[in-house]
Formats: sequence, C-alpha cells, structure tokens
Amino acid sequence: MTLTLAEVEHIAQLARLHLSEEEKIRFREQLSAILDYAARLQQVDTRDIPPTSSVLPPRSRLREDEPRPALPQQVILANAPFPYQGYFRVPPVLE
Amino acid sequence: MPYETVIGLEVHAELQTRSKMFCACPVVDSTRAEPNTAVCPVCAGMPGTLPVVNRKAVELALRVALALECEIAPLSLFARKNYFYPDLPKGYQISQYEYPLAQRGVLRIETARGEKTVRIRRVHLEEDTGKLIHMQDPDGQSFSLVDLNRAGVPLLEIVSEPDMHSLEEVRAYATTLRAILRRVGANSGDMEKGVIRFEANVSLRPSGSQTLGTRVEIKNLNSFRAMERAIAYEIERQTDLLQNGQAVQQETLGWDEAAQVTVSQRSKEEAHDYRYFPEPDLPPLVIEPEWIEQVRANLPELPQAMKKRFIHNYGLSAGEAVLLSEEEAVARYFEACLEQAGDSIAPRTIALWITGEIFGWLNQSGEKFENLRVPPAGLVDLLRLTAKGIINLNTAKLVLNEMLASGKPAHAIIEERGLIQLDDAGQIADIVAKVLAEFPREVASYHQGKTTVFNWLLGQVMRQTAGRASPAVARAELERQLAGSKGN
Ligand SMILES: [Zn+2]
Repeated sequence: MTLTLAEVEHIAQLARLHLSEEEKIRFREQLSAILDYAARLQQVDTRDIPPTSSVLPPRSRLREDEPRPALPQQVILANAPFPYQGYFRVPPVLE
Repeated sequence: MPYETVIGLEVHAELQTRSKMFCACPVVDSTRAEPNTAVCPVCAGMPGTLPVVNRKAVELALRVALALECEIAPLSLFARKNYFYPDLPKGYQISQYEYPLAQRGVLRIETARGEKTVRIRRVHLEEDTGKLIHMQDPDGQSFSLVDLNRAGVPLLEIVSEPDMHSLEEVRAYATTLRAILRRVGANSGDMEKGVIRFEANVSLRPSGSQTLGTRVEIKNLNSFRAMERAIAYEIERQTDLLQNGQAVQQETLGWDEAAQVTVSQRSKEEAHDYRYFPEPDLPPLVIEPEWIEQVRANLPELPQAMKKRFIHNYGLSAGEAVLLSEEEAVARYFEACLEQAGDSIAPRTIALWITGEIFGWLNQSGEKFENLRVPPAGLVDLLRLTAKGIINLNTAKLVLNEMLASGKPAHAIIEERGLIQLDDAGQIADIVAKVLAEFPREVASYHQGKTTVFNWLLGQVMRQTAGRASPAVARAELERQLAGSKGN
C-alpha cells in the first residue's frame, strides 16, 4: 500500500511538520512500509479476542484527592521563550 | 414544508475536586488566581512525567453516571485525543473514546406537555485545557497569552442522544442536568466561572421523517443564554436554507456573542482528525461492583424524585415542585417550613409563599437565596398570624417584604407599625359610612348599575384603615350600607 503525496502532506500538517519535497518522497516510502507491515498484522483473525489496550495489569492505581503545592510561577515559566506578566506569550491564535 | 428540529447536547462539567485529574496540583478558581500558579511538570506536559488518576474525580463521575441511570463499564480506557492548540501543553488531551466510563442513561425533563425522557449516550472522564487570552500590542500586533491553571482539571463529558426537538426541551435538559450535577456534589453550577460548557448539534428534517438531516456542531457555548441563542439562530438559518432549496453544510460552528451569529470554524474541521489511541501511560480504569454499589447507596435524593414526592405528598403543581426541588437550599427550606408548620398551614400555601413572594423579592433585590434573612420558623410565624386573622393577606405580604429586607421577626414589624387587622364591625361601619358620605357621586353611579364602583369604594375603605381592615368584614359592611342607601 503506497501513500499518496497528498496523504503525506496531510499527516505532516497534523503533526505541524514542514517537509521538503525530498523529505515528502522519502517519508512516503517509509510510512508506506510501516503501513504494509500493519496490513500483514491485519490479516490475523482477531475475532472474539478483546483488544490489548494496555500491557499493565488491569488494576486501578488511584490517587487520593490531596493537593500538593504546584511549582512557583517563575519556575513554570523558566523555559518559556516569551513570558509575559505571568503568562506564556504565543503567536496569535484565531478562534 | 414544515420541519422538525433535532438537537443533541454535549455538556462539559468540571468536577469539584481539590486536586487535578492526573496530578496533585490544586484546583484554583481560574477566573481569579494568578496565572500559572497551579501548574506542575505533569499538567505542563513536561517529557518524562506520568499521570495518576484522581480517585475523587472517578467517584464524582460515578455519582453523576448513576444519577443518570447509566450502565457503568467495569473496565474503561483512557485515550489520547491528539491536536495542537496552545492551551493544550501535551499536544493531546487525555480523554475516553471507545470504552467510556458509562453509557446508556436517561434524563427525565419537565416540559409543557408533561415529562419527557432524553437518552444519555455516554458519560466519560477527561481533562480540561488551559485558558487563552487574546491581546494586542500598542503597535497593533496580535498575540495570545496562555494560563495553564485550568489545564488538567477533571472534566466530565455528558453526551445526549439527539432526542430534543425544541429550545424549551434543550433548556429543560440543561437546567435539570445542572441541578443533578449540583445535588450530587459534582459541580458548583456556577456558570459565570465557566464550570459548565455546552456543545450542541442541530439538524432539521421534514416533519414526520425518521432519517436525520445534515447536522452542524456549535462549539464553545459557555452560558444558557449563548446556548439558546445559538440554537435559535441555527434553526432559523437552516430553515431558510432548506426553504430556498439549498443544502445545509455539515460543519463546526462557533458562536459570535458580539454579532449574535454562528460562524464557521473551518480551521478546526481540519484538525478533526484526532487520531485517538489508548493512553499508554495509564492502566485500564477498573470499577469494582462494590464501589458502584457504595456510590449508589450514598446518592442523595435527586431533584426529580424530590419533585415527584412534592407533587404526590403535598399536592403541588409540577411547576411549583420543580421550583422547590431544583436547588438543594430551597428544598431544605421548604421542608423545614413544613416541619415547623405541622398541621397548622397547608403545604401548598407555604409553597406558594416561597415561590411567589420570596422568589419575587429575591428577583427584585438581586439577593441570593443562601443569604435569606427569614428563617423557616419566621415564615411559618407570619403565615400563622395570617391564618388566625391577626393580619390580613395584603398586610402579610408587606410584612414579609420588610422581614426579608430587615431580618426582623413578623410580630415586631406588626407591633411597630400597628398593622394588626381591624375587624371590629362597629369601627369598620363608621369608616364605611364616612367613605359613602365623601363620595356621593360614586355611590349614585353604583346604584345606576355601574357595579365596578364597588371595588373602588372598597379600596377607599381599605385606604382609610391603612390596609388593616379585614377585607371580609369591610366587604360585608359596604354591601350592607350600599343596599341601605339605595333610593336615597
Ligand atoms: Zn499539575
């Protein structure tokens, strides 16, 4: 199964990646190979077998509702390229 | 061609926990707290951190799901919903997708045509996003600010089937659901703080048709008013389109509060490819049957059950019962009054004084029921004085208004202002005679057949006594004297 270039562009857009023309062609091949492998798995008959959604034992480890102190504001903002009056400043988001 | 509207509602309700859904950060009032002061590496989406589920959030979700008569899944899964938006630091929201916590419930609503059942499709747990503020530089450059205090606050999504067909039903559904959320302690119901948000899907189909028309989704409806207006606008817009032979586009819309119109959000449409997959960092959520039974056993009496009990036991109308059962504080007040009154005052009388006079005063004064200055015993005292004829009905209303405003007990107000009912027949007879002497022309026109003058004359008598005269005695005396004066 070979992906179209348009599909590669769509996936890149969802991942917010800018790909060069050369990269699009290369990733098209690589992604297609992955899909081929998945297609082989699809051939296994899994009727009546519940999907494995986790390899952890199905036992809930829940936390009691006890708040603990959060990090200081300046620590949270320490890696922000553009802190602004206690906020992260980012390019405009159009609603 | 007449069309039928089909509406389904998604309700997002923050759960009232002290800490967040997957980390121990405190939940703060995000409308008031300093930005980014309730954030840790987990809810900031730092690499290498791991989520741990808050037990209380699950418990509150179970309370809501059981109140909605849902089936609880013994095992449900968290899933990643992937999209990029600056208010979502991880690049995905932890939600539930194919295997939600609860499914197939019902919500019973009161409509003008009686009780109606709206089916609940699913109830699932997820986390809230941060908040964005849109700004502009002095030089006109736009930018956005991100506050992550709300990121990771537990959120419950409640999805109805498209079972509603009018604004009235949507309104009843939303208010009934809000009342349930509050009653089970899951949510404060404080709409101004954005703790309940709506999304509506709206479609039209020819009346009588069973297939669904093309639907639109309206997102980000943050108040009852915005929700109602947006849906009303959509119904009108789609009706116009269909009547002009045009098709409705399936799309996601936003509500522009300033312009009062729905607007297309094509950019979000593109992002609808959420690529859900099971959250690898969380084990399946296992709910033991014992936990379900324990939560069920601890559910309070729900507003609907209470409403039915009020109708059945106290003879209230459905409307009165809804008004008295929706808010826990009101219901408790009503029942405390009943207890105080014993057999001395009919339950319905008490109900009418609360829903009429007290609610009216609250509306006018803008005060909150929680701050009411008249205790149940105070209202019952007043009603007893009225029942015994110590004061008349109109005086009682005046006294109650003053009680509500000042917090003084009824008897103090009645004594201070000399409001005790005047039922001395002799005294009233004198006043009636005086009024008839003062208004001979009105008396004449009464005798000429203009019987409406009677009430005007009665009003004069009441005025002469500052409203204190027993209306029954005054009426009888006026009738007697008018009959006597005929032909003079
Ligand atoms: Zn946190």
